[in-house]
Amino acid sequence: MSVLLFTIIVLLGAFFAGLLGSLTGLGGGVIIIPLLTLALGVDIHYAIGASIISVIATSSGSAAAYVKEGITNIRIGMFLEIATTIGAVCGAIVAVYLNANYIAIIFGCILIFSAIMTLKKKVDHSTLDDSDKWANFFKLNGSYPDKAVEHKYAVKHVPGGFLMMLFAGTLSGLLGIGSGALKVIAMDNIMRLPFKVSTTTSNFMMGVTAAASAVVYLHRGQIDPGIAMPVCIGVLTGASLGSKVLLKTKTDKLKIVFAVVVTFLALQMIYKGISGL
Amino acid sequence: MSTGKKENLNDKDIQVILGTLLRAGVIISMSIVLIGGIIFLIHNKGAITDYKVFKPELSKFSSIAAIFKGVLTFQGDAIVQFGILMLIFTPIARIVFAIFSFLIEGDYLYVLIGFIILTIITISLNGGLAN
Repeated sequence: MSVLLFTIIVLLGAFFAGLLGSLTGLGGGVIIIPLLTLALGVDIHYAIGASIISVIATSSGSAAAYVKEGITNIRIGMFLEIATTIGAVCGAIVAVYLNANYIAIIFGCILIFSAIMTLKKKVDHSTLDDSDKWANFFKLNGSYPDKAVEHKYAVKHVPGGFLMMLFAGTLSGLLGIGSGALKVIAMDNIMRLPFKVSTTTSNFMMGVTAAASAVVYLHRGQIDPGIAMPVCIGVLTGASLGSKVLLKTKTDKLKIVFAVVVTFLALQMIYKGISGL
Repeated sequence: MSTGKKENLNDKDIQVILGTLLRAGVIISMSIVLIGGIIFLIHNKGAITDYKVFKPELSKFSSIAAIFKGVLTFQGDAIVQFGILMLIFTPIARIVFAIFSFLIEGDYLYVLIGFIILTIITISLNGGLAN
């Protein structure tokens, strides 16, 4: 395939990956990696390197807006970034030595898990009980504005959330994805944050987490400009369009259709990985 | 995020600057990627791609020094890689800024946390762990 044709195909694919990723909340990375590996035969190491760059671009872009609105809890974000960056660096180092088939199998499993998570109905676990001594020590309790009203919230189970973030960071570094689904579990279910705070803070953290593993990938030659260029431009434009459309449309049906497609892709990646062992 | 009214105002300023920093970083670095990409395509559009097997030894721009060398000779793929490097540094710059703002606020615990994150990234940047 010529460079020009390859660039155009990847650019279009990345655009739709970014668009659908932001509409369904799955993120662009989880779609662009199967696309590159299954449809274009790109080695998963290159696909991961390109995907992590697109994660930095989209998360920093949208974090900019959320931070200005004052919903993001910068203290929680930075505190948990210790866990996610340690995890990300470890994950990225492991990925270099791991056989591409094993990565494909793990990726497939996480993909199925993320698809299920987007379909699950979210339950608000937020609390006002500010007795957690870790949360008080690290000043994690806070408030966020919603329709000009300031809502207070308290944080629970800080060590549990921290451990889960270590795991989320490792998977992010290993697979080149934002691992938003795991971050949301850590913050919604374990630390009991309100949705708005957990989703925006998770987004805020993704940039630094992805940067930590991207640095390792760059040194290892996993970031190829020929792939990373169309992937990050495509995903970023798709995701920005998606975030504008998202405010006007209902995405429930789209999520179901998309979860089925993603599960199918995931099974194919697992099958390909197992048959290649 | 904060308890006192005075602190609240301070946090708001920090949020606005942080947001602007992130947005500017993304826009500037992606513009560089786009320009580099166009130059790269003009010179290499007919070349044949081969990404079937991961060959790290063929990677031309896997260090900051190599990227700068390539940019000076105006190679499209080096310019793309430079843009990517700037994108990687955008969230890192955000941490540096956060350290300064927590320092001004007098929140030394978070200054320390910021430094811990920077240290982790610096260790991986030097390839100390990766090699």
